[in-house]
Amino acid sequence: MEFARSNNATSFGHAEEDEKSKKPQRKKGNQRNNRKIAKASEEDEEDSEEDAKPNQRNNRRKPQIQNRGRKNGRNNKNEESEEDSEEEAEKPKTRTKNNKKTSKTSDGESETEAKGKKTGKNRPANNNRNNRNNANQKQKDEDNKKENQSNKKGNKKDKNAKENGDKKKKKGRNSSSSSSSNSSESEESLSEGELAKVLEEVEEKKKLVAVLRNKPWRMKRKLTTLKEAQGFIEKFEGAMGKGKGRKFYAYKVMMMKKWIKFKRDFENFKTSCIPWEMKIKEIESHFGSSVASYFIFLRWLYGINVVLFSLTFGLVVIPEVLMGQPYGSMPRKTVTRKEQPTAMDFSVLWEFGGYMKYSALFYGYYNNQRMIGVFKYRLPLSYFMVGVGSFGYSLMVVIRTMARNASESGVDGDDGDFNFSWKMFTSWDYLIGNPETADNKFASITTSFKESIVDEEENQKDENIHLRRFLIVLANFLIFCCLAGSGYLIFFVVKKSQTYGAPETLTWYQKNEVDIVMSLLGMFVPPMFETIANLENYHPRVALKWQLWRMFALFLGNLYTFLLALIDQVNSQLEEEKSVRNKTLHMLSSFNLTLNSTSPTVPFIDPADFPRGPCWETGVGMEFTKLTMSDIMVTYCSILIGDFLRALFVRFINYCWCWDLEYGFPSYTEFDISGNVLGLIFNQGMIWMGTFYSPGLIGINILRLLTSMYFQCWAVMCCNVPQERVFKASGSNNFYMALLLLILFLSLLPVVYTIMTFTPSFDCGPFSGKNKMYDVLQETIEYDFPAFIGKLFSYASNPGLIIPGILLMVLAIYYLNASSKTYEVANLELKKKMQMQRDEQKSRRHNKNVVNPVLKDLEDLLPKRGNVPTPEPGANASVDKNKKANKQPVTGGGTRTPNGREVRLAPPPRMVVTKPPGPRSMAHLPGQPRPGVPGPRPRAPVPRQPRH
Amino acid sequence: MGNKQNIFTAHQLDAYQDCTFFTRKEILRLFHRYRDLAPQLVPLDYKSNPEVKLPYELISSMPELKDNPFRQRIAEVFSEDGEGNMTLDNFLDMFSVLSEMAPRDLKACYAFKIYDFNNDDFICKSDLEKTLNRLTRYELTEEEVRLVGEKVLDEADLDNDGKLSLEDFQHMIARAPDFLSTFHIRI
Repeated sequence: MEFARSNNATSFGHAEEDEKSKKPQRKKGNQRNNRKIAKASEEDEEDSEEDAKPNQRNNRRKPQIQNRGRKNGRNNKNEESEEDSEEEAEKPKTRTKNNKKTSKTSDGESETEAKGKKTGKNRPANNNRNNRNNANQKQKDEDNKKENQSNKKGNKKDKNAKENGDKKKKKGRNSSSSSSSNSSESEESLSEGELAKVLEEVEEKKKLVAVLRNKPWRMKRKLTTLKEAQGFIEKFEGAMGKGKGRKFYAYKVMMMKKWIKFKRDFENFKTSCIPWEMKIKEIESHFGSSVASYFIFLRWLYGINVVLFSLTFGLVVIPEVLMGQPYGSMPRKTVTRKEQPTAMDFSVLWEFGGYMKYSALFYGYYNNQRMIGVFKYRLPLSYFMVGVGSFGYSLMVVIRTMARNASESGVDGDDGDFNFSWKMFTSWDYLIGNPETADNKFASITTSFKESIVDEEENQKDENIHLRRFLIVLANFLIFCCLAGSGYLIFFVVKKSQTYGAPETLTWYQKNEVDIVMSLLGMFVPPMFETIANLENYHPRVALKWQLWRMFALFLGNLYTFLLALIDQVNSQLEEEKSVRNKTLHMLSSFNLTLNSTSPTVPFIDPADFPRGPCWETGVGMEFTKLTMSDIMVTYCSILIGDFLRALFVRFINYCWCWDLEYGFPSYTEFDISGNVLGLIFNQGMIWMGTFYSPGLIGINILRLLTSMYFQCWAVMCCNVPQERVFKASGSNNFYMALLLLILFLSLLPVVYTIMTFTPSFDCGPFSGKNKMYDVLQETIEYDFPAFIGKLFSYASNPGLIIPGILLMVLAIYYLNASSKTYEVANLELKKKMQMQRDEQKSRRHNKNVVNPVLKDLEDLLPKRGNVPTPEPGANASVDKNKKANKQPVTGGGTRTPNGREVRLAPPPRMVVTKPPGPRSMAHLPGQPRPGVPGPRPRAPVPRQPRH
Repeated sequence: MGNKQNIFTAHQLDAYQDCTFFTRKEILRLFHRYRDLAPQLVPLDYKSNPEVKLPYELISSMPELKDNPFRQRIAEVFSEDGEGNMTLDNFLDMFSVLSEMAPRDLKACYAFKIYDFNNDDFICKSDLEKTLNRLTRYELTEEEVRLVGEKVLDEADLDNDGKLSLEDFQHMIARAPDFLSTFHIRI
């Protein structure tokens, strides 16, 4: 009776699993003690007679108890499910084993010692259980359990009575202390075994606390479980360790607590730092997750750019501005005499000429002084390292995000597998909180269902496949023509712009021809692609992907044509530089001569008058900055005109127009996610390319992202309408990331190429005077590190080492590739197997009534059932049964071992029916050999399964 | 991060942080959201865990839920009494599960319960039909609804018992590319 209750009581919390396994141990221990004692005290007739009564009393109750306890233990420990009878049969065996054991050590002294140890080991379990039960149990169980405990203790004391005095006393004290809860627990020094056990439990509790939020429980239950677990940890954590170790342990625990608190605070701080959460939420509820995904992407890019910005500004720009030579002190930091009159004009500044050109925004401003300021800051080195480091950081972040996305989006199964199910269960976007969007969503879901029904019905409608193929080929041909044409156009324009003479005589159009042409292409070619793509008649999602790839190709082609032209320009500038250099050297040397001859009168040459080379790096940086600026302008203007003005027009002219403008022809614009994302990606590519030669570019980009966040948010909310066909974003999420990675790589290439091949300008930039930019590394190693590191580097850069390294990497890639292929094959095999099993099962058509363990977790959540009902003693049997049934591997596969079926179909002795069997449950098929099979086992009030 | 708030004790806040996927600030914000639904009912002091329940009508009027075809199911599943009347704990529970941080398994578990209209631990045909009708606002014909239901069962019912168990559901949802992003309410 009590045991039934206590058994039940243990099922309240979560971590009782171990407890269940411990309890039977203890009981066994008790019994064993009894038996041992009975043997040992054969000489003493009276005692044994006295003892017989409690023994008998125990035994009356014991089979039941032990049976249950052991069953639990076994269920929990080795997950095998056996019949009751088997267990019953096995019990005597173990008993005899015990007997044998005790008979072997029948020596009185050793036996008591052994007993002492055993009870010692049992004690903590007892204590823990008491503790936990105390915490766990509801009021009504409290009394019963105490009774139960005192009973047990009574037994123990009886047994102990037979042993020698001091031990008895000790044990009595122990048991009493344990019964009066564990207040005195910490005072006693714990033995090794106890310690380990308690420690284990504490760890377990900690783990429980950590994963508590993942449990599908009600808050109330979570809170109580949490409280209880924390109480337990609190109580026992301090008791760990002995002597000196104890203090240390307490200290450690304290630090851990502090650390956890700090971590939580830090988390809180971190999430409070994430900007625009509310803005994005608003958009999400208005437009669904797809449009919001653009803004999330924007925010993410902003985050990356902020890091890059702080790197560049913190390590390069600010040191140079603060500690380097001031403006005007040297030629590279001074506006030339020729430019001075117009250097402050807005039109010049807008083009990043004049003072802008000779500011810290561009490469040329930086001095090649090896160390600057009081801190001996190595600026050229840091410039180089920041350039390399920002690429490294971007690569790392992008790849990490991709990996996380890939693992989050799960195994991308074949689309065909769960077409309808996914449509049914995942198509509603829970974020939608706007009636208009909801209407669109409903409509799009309905059409998508209708489409798939039609598809399903006629499966393949291959009407006129030839026409379709022809159209596809035609479309691709046209698009290819467009791409080639746009590439040629850019090339032509850039070439033409190089033939223009002096920059002063140019008109505004001539100056900006390249940018204008590129922006116009970017504006008009994508819609053209879209029109052409209509020929192909793809599924919208496929079409979207094609469209993205084509736009990508367009942008990339344009960018690379631009780059090629730029490299041409750089080459010509290098030629020019040579002559200037000779001139300067000549001048310098003649100047030196005069300087030597007339040392007191140094003719002062103003830095503005100094002859200087074209400084191609600054030129490249300026090109990219201009491109970025024009891109920003075009984007904003197109939003303003294309979206805002159109919306205004549609909204207000609609009152006096002959047809409905809002739903008729112009209508409002939809937010073009793919175009916008691509624009963002390309912009980022330009930033990556340009930022090495123009450290200020990243600052401009930050401003751009910041403004476009607000501006586009506003534009979207005020003048765009939700899309009619709402695409889901997540599927293409990694697609965008892949594009970004590709762009990153492609923008890395030209930068690395210029760094590795071109000679830096002789009179501007941090690397002036060096043969190659990367010489700065060698220089640092040579001067700043001890000699052996230089040696190490020279070894490491030896081709003899590098080539094997590359070989090794290639081999590793090959190996990983091969192994991934094997996995793929294995995966396919498994899939096939599953399919086969399903088919097999379909043909067999028998019911499987396995209760899912997770469902049980849910069970108490179901409002129907209310609270956990108080189980009757009989219920426990069926509980165990249920548990056993659960141990069946629930693989969804079909074939069951005969043994498994036996267990499952065995009629439970008694059960509490909480719900009527389902409508199909009683389907007993004639093909089945067993007539006495009850349908599904109705679920008893199941104590939830502890899960880990 | 000041300790200005007097609504919860620090301990309560910690416990809520352990039990949900929210930070302190978010919990407080959620509380205010909850309170804004019925300022006259909800006290500003939760230190003694007052028993306050907001009726379903108020919960479902939240902008986050009001356009959701499954709002009633959501409220029912997360409320203790099964009728959509929510305490603060239920409220926190609900948005914790629907938050971005919640793992797929947990979400799947609750999604299953939401789609299980008759609370019998299985998604059966009638549940599927109800789901579909809510998704499409009864715009599909009966024949189509039946067909889609059959298709879904055909695809996802691994053990062929004519209804979807939680395992079937989890198996199916584990591969769904959009589940995590769509079963999510930003609060």
